[in-house]
Amino acid sequence: METILTHNQLSLEKSRPGRRGVRFETAQKPASAYLPEGYLRKTAPKLPELSEFETVRHFTRLSELNYCLDGEFYPLGSCTMKYNPKAYDLLSSLDGFTQIHPFTPESAVQGTLKMMYDFQELLKKVTGLAAFTLQPAAGAHGELTGILTARAYHDARKDLKRTEVIVPDTAHGTNPATANMAGYTVINIKSAADGCVDKEALQKALSDRTAVVMLTVPNTVGLFEKDIREIADMVHKAGALFYLDGANFNALAGLVKPADLGADLMHLNVHKSFAAPHGGGGPGAGPVGAAAHVAPFLPKPIVECKNGKYTLSGKMPKSLGKMKAFYGNIAVCLRGYCYLRQFDDHTLKEVAENAVLNANYVRAALKGKFNAFFDCACMHECVLSINPSEMNGVHTSDIAKRLLDYGFYAPTIYFPLIVPEAMMVEPTETESKQMLDAFVAVMEKIYNEIQTEPQTVKDAPHSQCVCRIDEVSAAREPNLRW
Amino acid sequence: MYTEENCRFTKTHEWVHMEGDIATVGISNHAQEEISDIVFVDLPKVGQQVTAGQNCCVIESVKSASEIYAPVSGEVVEVNEALNGDPALVNREPHGNGWLFKIKMTAPAEYENLLDLKAYKATLGK
Repeated sequence: METILTHNQLSLEKSRPGRRGVRFETAQKPASAYLPEGYLRKTAPKLPELSEFETVRHFTRLSELNYCLDGEFYPLGSCTMKYNPKAYDLLSSLDGFTQIHPFTPESAVQGTLKMMYDFQELLKKVTGLAAFTLQPAAGAHGELTGILTARAYHDARKDLKRTEVIVPDTAHGTNPATANMAGYTVINIKSAADGCVDKEALQKALSDRTAVVMLTVPNTVGLFEKDIREIADMVHKAGALFYLDGANFNALAGLVKPADLGADLMHLNVHKSFAAPHGGGGPGAGPVGAAAHVAPFLPKPIVECKNGKYTLSGKMPKSLGKMKAFYGNIAVCLRGYCYLRQFDDHTLKEVAENAVLNANYVRAALKGKFNAFFDCACMHECVLSINPSEMNGVHTSDIAKRLLDYGFYAPTIYFPLIVPEAMMVEPTETESKQMLDAFVAVMEKIYNEIQTEPQTVKDAPHSQCVCRIDEVSAAREPNLRW
Repeated sequence: MYTEENCRFTKTHEWVHMEGDIATVGISNHAQEEISDIVFVDLPKVGQQVTAGQNCCVIESVKSASEIYAPVSGEVVEVNEALNGDPALVNREPHGNGWLFKIKMTAPAEYENLLDLKAYKATLGK
């Protein structure tokens, strides 16, 4: 018997022999007249046979299954899922930006170069750093750029014994991965009981072998490193460079300039802090800034302005070279440029202030049911934990899946690693109080379900197009054919 | 076999069973519970030199990737090949067939620095 509802079927299941979207004229000659015999298929490829209408419905439906920021609340911690204004999309789709070729002469793309130059200047202004490269394609690429810049710096000073990078356990996971990828030995240090860097452990780890100390600020438990200046001094005293992971810049924008904290190098995530879309893994943009003494080692070219003309031909003899073909993901940078142009010196801090306020609002509202792991004011995100003895066997992953039933995306879970059963909630400044209240109400409802009907939560989701996925089998016996 | 009682432990949740100068290493029952469903074990290589406290193996679960630290120094002389086909052995029998690797110890005295079961259990409450 044929299924009555066919909308959940694969295109191959919907397929009916001979059905077509467009019918082409039959070729005048057999296929062998056009292709050598050896390249001809013996059997027809297994392609879905559908009408145009069926195809449109099929893909429209699939697109509707996408959960997206433009549809609902997306509290994914450490990702800064803030609103991406549509005006930026409009501006970045202007022909002047889209219809240029990387080999177009500089004289014909002065507008784009000016935008890049002005964006570099804006980034310098908000960070206090001396120079920026726009090349890196995303945050992790920015980190690698930063660490390789640091290596070029040490190499130029013939300081060749520095083979270690120190990373606290509250850093983003990409930090140790980056250091390892750049060929360094990663030295992990444990954080102190208050979630901040353990200065004693740092002092012990620092030596004349330390090339870089990478610090995520605020760190992944959502806390500002209270002793950051002292930490920077310790790092500099050891002859190492201080790298600041700027992925959490949303908590600092307009309030603190990383250069004032002693940062020698940092990356920013344009697709997080500056409202460009997260393109489902790309493209993003991860500009890297450097203090004056490190700036000559950044990738080249950097846009310069000479006598009112913008150029990429400036000489940077100490540069580490190129980190990406051509000039970076310029359309993403353009959105970041639009974003920063909306603020002045006084208003940019409202971004950070409201991001911090919203995170603390959620933290305070959920207290008693889902407590913050570190019971103190947080920055732009709060890391909640659960008390297993109150949870009737329900885990964080179950809560995350139950949230989907209520129409919310799940927070980041099981990260940071130092927090058991972690839920990392980052509401961002662009959510209204009503949305935050709705999220809190749903979380409270789930808490009550855990007490009265825990199985409902353990079996979630119930309302999605697929029910609970068997993640264990999928990971243990992956069937990667398609 | 290797029982909780005849093993010693590290604060980072590895257990060690010593026989002559060969140390068999696994992870504690508490650790496998915390890590949850294990999907892949990236074992060290036979012949690899390891130093106590240094990571030498990675266990991936549906939740996270966890580094496993060598509890003692020496040379890896055998790895548990069965885990390549059935990583869940570590979940099912953390103290038995779910062992990870064996080290020929270069400093057998290091074993004495490890925690006994009582001392290890005392660290879990914290």
